[in-house]
Amino acid sequence: MTAQQIIFMIVAAYTIGSGLMVVTTRNLVHAALWLVSTLFGVAVAYALLNANFIAVVQVVVYIGAIAILFIFAVMLTRKDMRDSGPQMNKNWWAGALVAVLVFAGLAFLLSGWSGFRNIAAELPAEFDAIGLLGEALTSPEAFVLPFEVASVLLLAALVGAVYVAFNPRSDKK
Amino acid sequence: MSFWNDPLKVAADWLEGLLTGWGLDAVFAHVLVAFLGVFLLIALLMVLDIFLVWIERKVVARFQDRVGPNRVGPFGLIQPFADIIKLIIKEDTTPGGADKVVYNLAPILSMMSVLILWAVVPLAPVMLGVDLNVGVLFLIAAGAIGTLSIIMAGWSSNNKFAMIGAFRQVAVMVSFEIPMLTMLMIPTIYAGSMSMNTIIQAQDPIPFFILSPLGALIFLIAAIAELGRAPFDLAEGESELVSGFNIEYSGMKFGMFYAGELLHAFTFGGFWMILFFGGYRFFGLEQVSPFLAILILIIKAMIGYWVIMWVKYTMMRIRIDQMLGFNWKFLTPLAFALLLVTALMNALLAGAPTWLYVLGMLLANVVTGWVALEIARSVTRKERMQVEGVKNPVEAHH
Amino acid sequence: MVPLSWYLMFAAALFSIGLFGVLTRRNAIAILLGVELMLNAVNINLVAFWRYSDVMAMAGQVFAVIVFAVAAAEVSVGLALVISVYRRRNTVVADELDMLKW
Repeated sequence: MTAQQIIFMIVAAYTIGSGLMVVTTRNLVHAALWLVSTLFGVAVAYALLNANFIAVVQVVVYIGAIAILFIFAVMLTRKDMRDSGPQMNKNWWAGALVAVLVFAGLAFLLSGWSGFRNIAAELPAEFDAIGLLGEALTSPEAFVLPFEVASVLLLAALVGAVYVAFNPRSDKK
Repeated sequence: MSFWNDPLKVAADWLEGLLTGWGLDAVFAHVLVAFLGVFLLIALLMVLDIFLVWIERKVVARFQDRVGPNRVGPFGLIQPFADIIKLIIKEDTTPGGADKVVYNLAPILSMMSVLILWAVVPLAPVMLGVDLNVGVLFLIAAGAIGTLSIIMAGWSSNNKFAMIGAFRQVAVMVSFEIPMLTMLMIPTIYAGSMSMNTIIQAQDPIPFFILSPLGALIFLIAAIAELGRAPFDLAEGESELVSGFNIEYSGMKFGMFYAGELLHAFTFGGFWMILFFGGYRFFGLEQVSPFLAILILIIKAMIGYWVIMWVKYTMMRIRIDQMLGFNWKFLTPLAFALLLVTALMNALLAGAPTWLYVLGMLLANVVTGWVALEIARSVTRKERMQVEGVKNPVEAHH
Repeated sequence: MVPLSWYLMFAAALFSIGLFGVLTRRNAIAILLGVELMLNAVNINLVAFWRYSDVMAMAGQVFAVIVFAVAAAEVSVGLALVISVYRRRNTVVADELDMLKW
């Protein structure tokens, strides 16, 4: 095993371990914090894939915004900070079975694919992924339309979230 | 290449040669030397941090017409060491019902979020941790970890004041991140790169604060809010929340929050200087020696830190609704407008001579700021008329 | 070098864990946490495909960026719904939100 493979193994094990904690921890704030840990692992995986920009955006968007939002939501939706009652439904074994089956099915499908064991080519010298990404996101021949649609989606979600979560009663004094 | 031109590389090469000479694997030696560099940088920062305590106390004393620490050692220089000894030997308490792991992790993360910022700080043209091509975004990413540490501290302390403080601070940090990120895009537009070193190199004849004074100002305001310092210190709010998110922390755990805050302020002073005032450059002096460049950067960062302290000790705390209203209704739209104007002017003046480019940018900034202030003035006047007009008709006639 | 298969298996494992969370958790917020894991797994795949095929074609990274935007939108609306439901029904357990069933 090369150093890169060892690093990947450690990162993958750490991320999957944290992911398991996300779905099994009883305390929901802990689950959200384990999600942060998982997201960090995924960010490191992006960095290992030479996708610096995606790795940093992962930290900024997921940890800086989404995870914080989750922690806020967990704290806002509980009268007391304790967790009572079972956290999983009574069909948890069926869920586990489906998850294992999906994993087995994905592994089976992927292993039959010809490009499964591909090795990455060396990056070209002076490779500027950010410049390329910026051009791809803004040039009309590439992805400017999906990018703009994504921004409209975000705006709509923002307005929708404010409308849905707004409490008219709190406005009356 | 001699030691005086590139000390870091020469020292690292020498050490690596020494280690491989002892029979170590080359890769392993490289990693070991890199770790050593990181430890060295962190150690230096922590020593600096100790003196920041002294500087902060001396400066606040001067602002408040006092002398400040002057008993222990010459000019009270030994005072911070006495403070550290006091902090270390204090009882290390954990409140009952606290979430132990999260509670102990929070101060570490808080300190870490500041220290990792220095990974991308170019100390001299040849001395920097990593020249990340996403350097300015790294700033926001580290801030995200800081936000996380505060909400962890507030939640795990099992204390309602800590919780309120954390909620406030996180609301502030998340919302002020937006103007900050927008303002980080302005040096990026000028330099055509997000790498810190390229941004500094691009300020060769003209530092960016001349091109975009408004951008520098908005960045400073957002940075102060991100730091949670007065006038945005509602998270701590000594007189209402007693100490905010770190109320339950004692001893060195509190010390880590405190030291982290001071170092954070100093670091943001440094980043302000790097992004808008040319970082380590000072009329070509930085080319003489890397050591001189480091000295210039530290002096500049101290000036930035002093400005942050100046604001802190002359402004009063504002309310949370005023603060969020200020951000969402004024600062964020202004930042977006400025970014649009800057990008537009940059495209329009692409082929123009330097003097025209600088003048155009400066004018665009001044006009944007003036229009924003006029709009804010007319809106606030209307609001004031609505409130005061009925109550105080004599005032309205003036 | 790490072969592509490792990344794909890693992503598949993360996806299955997320799926398990979505299927078994009772708390609506925990279900959303599972959805986040699944979206992240998809993103790993997208970036890995970008790296292991032509790096000059940025489609993989572009789609990863769009997944970020979609995830942010999903979380903001989802959590707003959860908070709104909590305000009306005083519970966030998905099983207890059964007003349509009578």
